[in-house]
Amino acid sequence: MPEFKPAEMMTVAASRALSNDDVCFVGIGAPSAACNLARLTHAPDITLIYESGTIGTRPDVLPLSIGDGELCDTALTTVAVPEMFRYWLQGGRITIGFLAAAQLDKYGNINTTVVGDYHKPKVRLPGGGGAPEIAISCAEIYITARHQKRVFVDKLDFITSLGHGPNGEGRAAFGVDTKGPTKLITDLCIMEPDAETLAFTVTSLHPGVTREAVRDETGWEVAFAESVVETPPPTEEELKVLRDLQARTKAAHAG
Amino acid sequence: MAKIVPLDEAVAHCVSDGASLAMEGFTHLIPHAAAHEVIRQGRKDLTVMRMTPDLIYDQMIGMGCVAKLIFSFAGNPGVGLLRRLRDAVENDWPRPLEIEEHSHAAMANAYEAGAAGLPCAVFRGYRGAELKRVNPNIKSVTCPFTGEELAAVPALKPDVAIIHAQKADKQGNVLIEGIVGVQKEAVLAAKAAIVTVEEVVDDLRGLHPNLCILPHWTVDYVCVVPGGAHPSYTHGYYPRDNAFYTEWDAIAADRDGFLAWMDEHVLNGGPGDFARHAGKGV
Repeated sequence: MPEFKPAEMMTVAASRALSNDDVCFVGIGAPSAACNLARLTHAPDITLIYESGTIGTRPDVLPLSIGDGELCDTALTTVAVPEMFRYWLQGGRITIGFLAAAQLDKYGNINTTVVGDYHKPKVRLPGGGGAPEIAISCAEIYITARHQKRVFVDKLDFITSLGHGPNGEGRAAFGVDTKGPTKLITDLCIMEPDAETLAFTVTSLHPGVTREAVRDETGWEVAFAESVVETPPPTEEELKVLRDLQARTKAAHAG
Repeated sequence: MAKIVPLDEAVAHCVSDGASLAMEGFTHLIPHAAAHEVIRQGRKDLTVMRMTPDLIYDQMIGMGCVAKLIFSFAGNPGVGLLRRLRDAVENDWPRPLEIEEHSHAAMANAYEAGAAGLPCAVFRGYRGAELKRVNPNIKSVTCPFTGEELAAVPALKPDVAIIHAQKADKQGNVLIEGIVGVQKEAVLAAKAAIVTVEEVVDDLRGLHPNLCILPHWTVDYVCVVPGGAHPSYTHGYYPRDNAFYTEWDAIAADRDGFLAWMDEHVLNGGPGDFARHAGKGV
């Protein structure tokens, strides 16, 4: 087994969740790395869409922003932003929405708006951007985040985008018929919503990670599936492609 | 009918204290030179709208030009938070800032409604999202045909839209290429429009039948400002200065450092300073 970092395991595990037929709405950061790793390994024909309007983009380096020129240069086509949100997202053309989170709860509701009170925030975060509608209009949602207690919280300060509802009441209660978060991929494990409670449940532990380690970094009482498997470690090829991609990206962004 | 004039003249004619302003460009073609001109002319009490306030509004907010911000994503894309905007929201520095916060879909739809002459935008949004609790401008309407409840937000109709584009012809017809964002909608929704361009060419006809063009009679002023989008970029002219976006995090980190930077580069600068960023190659 090659040596790897937890963050690399997270990106590799997230990339494996994507298939060649997916049409993926990609967030910046960890989702973008995972989606492009998938494209450069097992899913060469995956369609990657960024909210800046680029459809079918194949960037050679990861974009720093959602609208780097690289995305447009390598896209099949680029549309206006209103069209992106109206026809392509709201129109139901996206199979997977890939989100990152500053704060999330066990039902996959996400906060990227504020820490503390909205009107007198302790920390003003960037806000939702595309997330409120990505969360409801894509056929399903994958979330990827570093597993940390301050991120995986029992109660959100603010619900920026809908998961399975603040009390796990399900999405139908909000007039939403898409699946919502079906996978949460972290640097420690993979979680999936329990069929009954809709709460994220550990289904796969990354190599060397204990149940205790997951409990220590989770702000809610963690549930484990009846059979928890071990995530296959990154292959030599996955690591090589990912590291090359990140090295190219670092060199490009240094200007 | 567009007039081709220097940038300071266009801004002095169009932008008054208390005006509402949309300076759009989705990561690409952000009209930074024009924002610097607004700051230099000392405009106050502005209502500014942008999907992504970005560095351009971080600078205007930090310099005290802005009374109200309408936005949907207030980060330094790929880097972190906007520190001057945060200081205004969290600590009222340099003045209190009223915010009206939406999602991207809402803002994009609201510009489109403005361009279409509609009073509001209707879309499937905000379901289960808490913004509608804190923003009274997010309401709902019921579809008269299906009974489906849909989100509604007011159309965005700025007094002035300011954008940057690749080129104009001598009549003032404007060409936008690459990530076209919401600029066409913002200009058509506004009462007046200023466009800064990399260059003026003889003619835009015959290049491609589906170019994104704003006819000269939709634009009031065209100003030639090569490099005018920096540190954003102009597709086909120069790339996004990602290193500067990263540096901005440190520049904006404290008030004194920010003011010193603005003094040197903006208050004592001019539109011509942007030329050094033009044509670095893509």
